[in-house]
Amino acid sequence: MISFTVNGKTVQSNVSPDTPLLWVLRDSLNLTGTKYGCGIAQCGACTVHINGAPTRSCVTPVSAVAGKKITTIEAVGATKAGKAVQQAWIAEDVPQCGYCQSGQIMSATALLAGNPKPSDADIDAAMSGNICRCGTYNRIRAAIHRAAGTKA
Amino acid sequence: MGNRYEEIEVDESRRTFLKVTALAGGGLAVGVFLPGASRLAEAAAHMGKPFAPNAWVRIGSNNVVTIIVDKSEMGQGVYTSMPMLVAEELDADWSKIKMDVAPAAPEYVNPGLGAQATGGSTSVRVSWMPLRRAGASARALLVAAAADTWKVDAATLRTENGSVIGPDGKKATYGSLAAKAATLPPPNDVKLKDPKDFKLLGTPAKRLDTPLKTNGSAKFGIDTNLPGMLTAVIARSTIVGGTLTSMNEAAAKAVKGVKMVVPTKTPTGNGVAVIADSFWAAKQGRDALDAKWAGNTNLSTAGMQKDMRELSDSGKDAKTARKEGDVQSAKPAKTIEAVYEVPYVAHATMEPMNCTAWVKADGIEIWAPTQAPGVNQFIAAQMTGMKSSQIKVHTTFLGGGFGRRFAPDFMIEAVQLSIAAKAPVRVVYTREDDTKGYYYRPMAICKIKGGLDDSGNPVSFDARTVCESLTVGTGAEPALITNEGIDLTSVEGLADLAYSVPNINIEWVKYSPGVRTWFWRSVGNSQNYFFTESFIDEMATAAGKDPVEFRRALLTKHPRHRGVLDLAAEKAGWGRPLPAGRARGVAVASSFGTYVAEVAEVSLDGGKPRVHRVVVAVDCGMTVNPDTIAAQMQSSVAFGLSAALYGKITLKDGQVEQPNFHDYPVVRMNEMPNVEVHLIKSGEAPGGVGEPGLPPCAPAVANALFALTGKRYRTLPIAV
Repeated sequence: MISFTVNGKTVQSNVSPDTPLLWVLRDSLNLTGTKYGCGIAQCGACTVHINGAPTRSCVTPVSAVAGKKITTIEAVGATKAGKAVQQAWIAEDVPQCGYCQSGQIMSATALLAGNPKPSDADIDAAMSGNICRCGTYNRIRAAIHRAAGTKA
Repeated sequence: MGNRYEEIEVDESRRTFLKVTALAGGGLAVGVFLPGASRLAEAAAHMGKPFAPNAWVRIGSNNVVTIIVDKSEMGQGVYTSMPMLVAEELDADWSKIKMDVAPAAPEYVNPGLGAQATGGSTSVRVSWMPLRRAGASARALLVAAAADTWKVDAATLRTENGSVIGPDGKKATYGSLAAKAATLPPPNDVKLKDPKDFKLLGTPAKRLDTPLKTNGSAKFGIDTNLPGMLTAVIARSTIVGGTLTSMNEAAAKAVKGVKMVVPTKTPTGNGVAVIADSFWAAKQGRDALDAKWAGNTNLSTAGMQKDMRELSDSGKDAKTARKEGDVQSAKPAKTIEAVYEVPYVAHATMEPMNCTAWVKADGIEIWAPTQAPGVNQFIAAQMTGMKSSQIKVHTTFLGGGFGRRFAPDFMIEAVQLSIAAKAPVRVVYTREDDTKGYYYRPMAICKIKGGLDDSGNPVSFDARTVCESLTVGTGAEPALITNEGIDLTSVEGLADLAYSVPNINIEWVKYSPGVRTWFWRSVGNSQNYFFTESFIDEMATAAGKDPVEFRRALLTKHPRHRGVLDLAAEKAGWGRPLPAGRARGVAVASSFGTYVAEVAEVSLDGGKPRVHRVVVAVDCGMTVNPDTIAAQMQSSVAFGLSAALYGKITLKDGQVEQPNFHDYPVVRMNEMPNVEVHLIKSGEAPGGVGEPGLPPCAPAVANALFALTGKRYRTLPIAV
């Protein structure tokens, strides 16, 4: 039995300890906002915060999060940075298909939580692990600047 | 020769059929449909049943206006643009609009595609008149209800923001009038607004689905979760057309959570499914199965390239798609020749293919991120002997489509497995399954010979392309393959060359190596405009002329092409100096009823092409939502750039070599150019916007790299 916290609630998982956190969130806890994209940490769709750090849940075995605090897209709006990011995403009408956007928002929120005024280079560094096939990158950049109150 | 799915007629004179229905709770539902509105619908009528009236709009007594959307939302914004069409004519209160997803039903057949489906950049084009008419008809009934209530002439009433307003300023909300309106006879003919009176259409209304897509609550197909649902991960033949030679079923069943091992069969081949109580168990089981396949291991990209180059030289069995004048007798002063090649490319939607089916004794429910709910319904009925009416398709949000989700393979597997498991089964492709699962944009090769007279004017354009006929096996053959046997998707963007050249010859050689190819964003235009716009640029160079001026001079009969070319050139600062190490390239394309020119600005960064800026000029006629159009152009540039710089699926020993994003790279944030979109103001009928931004991207980038390096890049992906 592995015990950890998801969005402020303590959960206990009895799946095989090598099961990726992504599938515990999606299949066991029905938190489907966190997406499966590649399974090998190449696309960022599965990004969650583990003790505040943006992490690819598709390659994180559930055993590695014992005792840790997980935040997913479903609860990120409760944080100051997360709320600002979500509002900026709406203001810029960022999403198209929307599938990658949970991961984009989790990466952007972690960026702003640690760096309230990111430069374009900071945005490139923090966000280039998140693929968007709809090509919303220009708007993601604008939304991050908007959330930070900086000019693009 | 035009492309038939570009010829959607928007004919105001067609008779409108109306159906008015009273809703429980005092509401009103109005449906409108137009009979078969295109040749394509007639040709592909076998895909669906005749049109029948159905509800497009519901008005509740609580003043909530619900607009039914029959198109799949895959990012292109139809869950907002379709409601805007109705709301405009209805004079609805946009802040109170809700949308609801249509079920699969014959009344929602897309007249541009002949089936209930979303593709070919048709949504606005086919809905522009019927959905506006639905809104106008509902409005007319509400006005009639108010006139009857107030005992005044309907002509003295006006509507605004969800209310009818009388001459004395008296006001009644639509909700309060809905019950009475539902009892009135449908109006015979309604007058649509003059576009100059539009209040909502042409404005950048916010997308209705954005909030759902920022908090994790938007439900995609892969998020389907039903009580008792099982998940299947399938070992599919790794070899084109392969058969199973061995597997370790015991090892798969030894994985905790695995329930069954079941064979599957789809149009692309055989598989063995491992069904389990979770994705992870199913995947572990599938991997433990260690299925081995035998088949044609001779198929390789190198061999196919060799075959195609030979066919391109010999022209064996070539079909002529367009002939004007006589290229042989053109007698040019100067001749140039070039050969272009593009590989297979995958769609690589962010949401891997998936589908959930629940086959019960009396019917089937399907939860599918599909572009073609009507086709799925039709095929599921054929598979099971049930009636279409027994098959309920729930279209979820699509995590990208780009054509791939027009295919039925994932639905077929889910239905087969639900029958076997006697339970709801969700089939999920891993990323590797998805990338290696065929349905690629065809490989193509094109040899072009061009002649110039001694003033540098083109006198001949002689092109021969070799590629697969992707339409074969799609069900769209009657619409997309001509009586002469030409697959229109193979020559679109080539046979419709807009430039004035007196002698034109366009040929196509069909090549059929047996790999399942498919519609990929902008389809044949995606490769053919790379060929034509690269070659026109080469002709300009041979003529010693500026690429923009050279094109302009040849587009005098095509003002819309010329309009976007001029606008893109102006906004990009064409001809003005750039910092050292940068250069511009241009391309113009027309597809899906829309005209797009792009100017790309490039440099080399550590020997790699770097695209800094793409200026896009678009003429898509009248606009529904300019912000969505801008988004689709940004999207098409990103998608086109991924193909231009990286996209390449290869085969070796009959097997696909690229499993995942590490070796099928796509453009990321740090590589995304700044895309600036400029719209031509136009009163023309709306064109499509989901795809037309893609075709000019690769040639604009390749032409810019030529301007920078002096070297032509004739093969995609571009290798500098």
